[in-house]
Amino acid sequence: MRHFVFSLIALVWASAAAAFEVEGSYRFGPENGVRELRIISTADVEILVPLMELFLKQHPGLAIDYTAASSGELVTAIVDEQAPFDVALSSAMDLQIKLANDGFSAEHRSDATDLVPEWGNWRNHVFAFSQEEASIVVSLEAFEGLEVPRDRLALINVLRKHPERFNGKVATYDLARSGTGYLFATQDARTTETYWRLMEVMGSLDAQLYCCSGDMINAVSRGEIAVAYNVLGSYARARKDIADRIEVIDPADFTSTMLRTAILLQNAQEEKGARDFIDYLLQSAWGDDNLEAYPFRKWHLEPAETTAAMRPIRLGPGLLVFLDGLKRKRFLAEWFDAVQQE
Amino acid sequence: MTEIPASTGSIRRRLTIQLMTGAAGLAALLFLVVLNIARDLAESSQDNVLFASATAILESVSVQGDDILADIPYGALSMLGNVSDDRVFYRISAGSEVLTGYGDLPVVEKQRVDVPAFQTAPYKGEDVRIVSVSRRLSLAARVVEVTVTVAQTRTGQQRAIARMSQIAALSGAGFFLVAVILAVLTAQSSIRPLNRLAVSVSRRGPKDMRPVAGPVPSEMIPLVTSLNRFMARLKTSLARSEDFIAEAAHRVRTPLATVRTQAEVVLRRVDRDENRQSLREMIRAIDESSRAAGQLLDHAMVTFRTDHLEREDINLGDLAADLVERLTPVAELKDIHLNAQLAENTQITGDAILVQNAVRNILDNSIKYSPEDRNVWVEVGTEDGQSFVRISDQAGGFPDTITSALTERFARGANSEGTVGSGLGLTIAKEVVEAHGGHLELSNTEEGTGACVTLYFP
Repeated sequence: MRHFVFSLIALVWASAAAAFEVEGSYRFGPENGVRELRIISTADVEILVPLMELFLKQHPGLAIDYTAASSGELVTAIVDEQAPFDVALSSAMDLQIKLANDGFSAEHRSDATDLVPEWGNWRNHVFAFSQEEASIVVSLEAFEGLEVPRDRLALINVLRKHPERFNGKVATYDLARSGTGYLFATQDARTTETYWRLMEVMGSLDAQLYCCSGDMINAVSRGEIAVAYNVLGSYARARKDIADRIEVIDPADFTSTMLRTAILLQNAQEEKGARDFIDYLLQSAWGDDNLEAYPFRKWHLEPAETTAAMRPIRLGPGLLVFLDGLKRKRFLAEWFDAVQQE
Repeated sequence: MTEIPASTGSIRRRLTIQLMTGAAGLAALLFLVVLNIARDLAESSQDNVLFASATAILESVSVQGDDILADIPYGALSMLGNVSDDRVFYRISAGSEVLTGYGDLPVVEKQRVDVPAFQTAPYKGEDVRIVSVSRRLSLAARVVEVTVTVAQTRTGQQRAIARMSQIAALSGAGFFLVAVILAVLTAQSSIRPLNRLAVSVSRRGPKDMRPVAGPVPSEMIPLVTSLNRFMARLKTSLARSEDFIAEAAHRVRTPLATVRTQAEVVLRRVDRDENRQSLREMIRAIDESSRAAGQLLDHAMVTFRTDHLEREDINLGDLAADLVERLTPVAELKDIHLNAQLAENTQITGDAILVQNAVRNILDNSIKYSPEDRNVWVEVGTEDGQSFVRISDQAGGFPDTITSALTERFARGANSEGTVGSGLGLTIAKEVVEAHGGHLELSNTEEGTGACVTLYFP
């Protein structure tokens, strides 16, 4: 019987290894590390490397296996393929909530989780470790002679007035591929009708769709794209090398902010290491000490205290609504109608 | 010795325990009732939110062409998140076909289409509260029953119940505490009239046989009535025995006087020394008996009169002068000089016969105990607003330790041996002075050669 279970797991593992799409697989720590902490994450590995190395220094005998994947693939890996990961880090907070809601996460409580503000902790299963804004990134070169728009209406106006200049040079997330993009889009649509008008305009300008913020930022920096809408501002601001070529705008009418969240997975193998890692992450995010290695902007602000334009996306079952099959299908259909006009 | 009766336990304790037991029962009842209400309330509030959520989803279900569309409103699920951090599940089905949501979520069986049905059942490893609501839609010429089922785990509800049961427990404990304090106070206050009666009776002087007159609670009236009746009987019997003593003394004294006269007559006639000696002894014994009888009579009289004290104006100076005059012959028999130093206008209010009796007994004592050729002083005056009569002698004084025992009945000083006396003199004086609200002071004279007795009257 036991043998059978083992071979079953092996079978599942074998199929899993092939099924979900991995963007990159990395290993940190001692080669012959006895214990291996397996992290699946939507974050680019470079961002987290300093933090992970500091963590490993404090935990000898532990190695980290870091798998980068899109948020959709992350869910596939955990839900459909039960891949043996210990910790899931994702910027798609709706998907993280769904994982926790459907019982794929484990409860975690510690001194570090007490540091997390109430709005950044859902039932001690989902923990926010950074708060990030959906920004507009523009190429300064493309806007030469034009006023850089500060909000969505201004953006719509400038795009409408200069179709020749912006045609084929506007970009946003491909909602079919990016969970983060889908989250931002649904929250935008929930907040304002202007969003649909903007999508119509972008559609009329042959909008380019990207899988990730990084690619969009690179495209803007190269001048291939003039305006990238709903890009993670933190990524763009972190790029000191291209700071003179781009401008990052937090729209003045409202700026959605989403939470990067961590969950401890229900079937974690290296549970102790996973809990320690989450604690380390939360400690550096919400603790008082300003750790150099912590790559995100420290907010330390209650959502109510941020400027009126800041629209924090709340953790909670409301996020499940746009993940509903029917709802998602309809939303995507409408969105593609708007964005891809032939 | 006073015999202490066996105790059957304390009324106060019994009362306290009974009241506390009642309070504990009521507190427990309060706790259970509040807990029950809290549970109902928590359950019904969760049911209400679930129902609102399911209804909102159901209202978003519409028919477009041949399709049933469901556009779940954002608020429908986020409202559940506003109440608590519980896990949320839903499903929308048309007939037996699941349109969207959690396909394995159990649907609550319903009696009627338009009535929501609630149920608690396990799902995904936790107990969930489930509501199902339905609506009939017509789709392509047939009727389809669309059912929306929404479920939520019950952690928040349990937490609310735990919080409320904590409040219930605290308020029950608080109620009990207050009730305990009240019980102790009640028991104490209901026992207070009894204590007051006990104190007022035990504080009384030995002669005080007046009935208890103060108001008492109705439950104590039988007790106080019997007590009063008992005291009346005691008083009668005491009076009777005093009467008896007085009568006996009186009856003895007259024949004694006759016997003494006869003995003196005989003394003059006999010549032999030993016979004269025994006769003198006899006369001495008769004197002693007669004086004792006289003091007993005085005492009986004092006892009687202090109960019905007469109030009249007395001039102490006149009273003392009169006594000195009357006792001078007796004193002169022993060559004792009575010196009077009497202030004018020392008026007191009281019973003249009693005061005279008291002063006479003291003076009598002084003369009796003094050896021959000594002085006795009688002083009347006013000191610190108090009138006084002071009698001092040169008879050797009181023993070094002047005790209140000297004023007790039949007590005699250590130097009184060989002198006729019964020991009632100081007792009589003390009782009289105290009946008048004054006090008696015993001391020795400054030279230490004699006793000094002062009767103070207010």
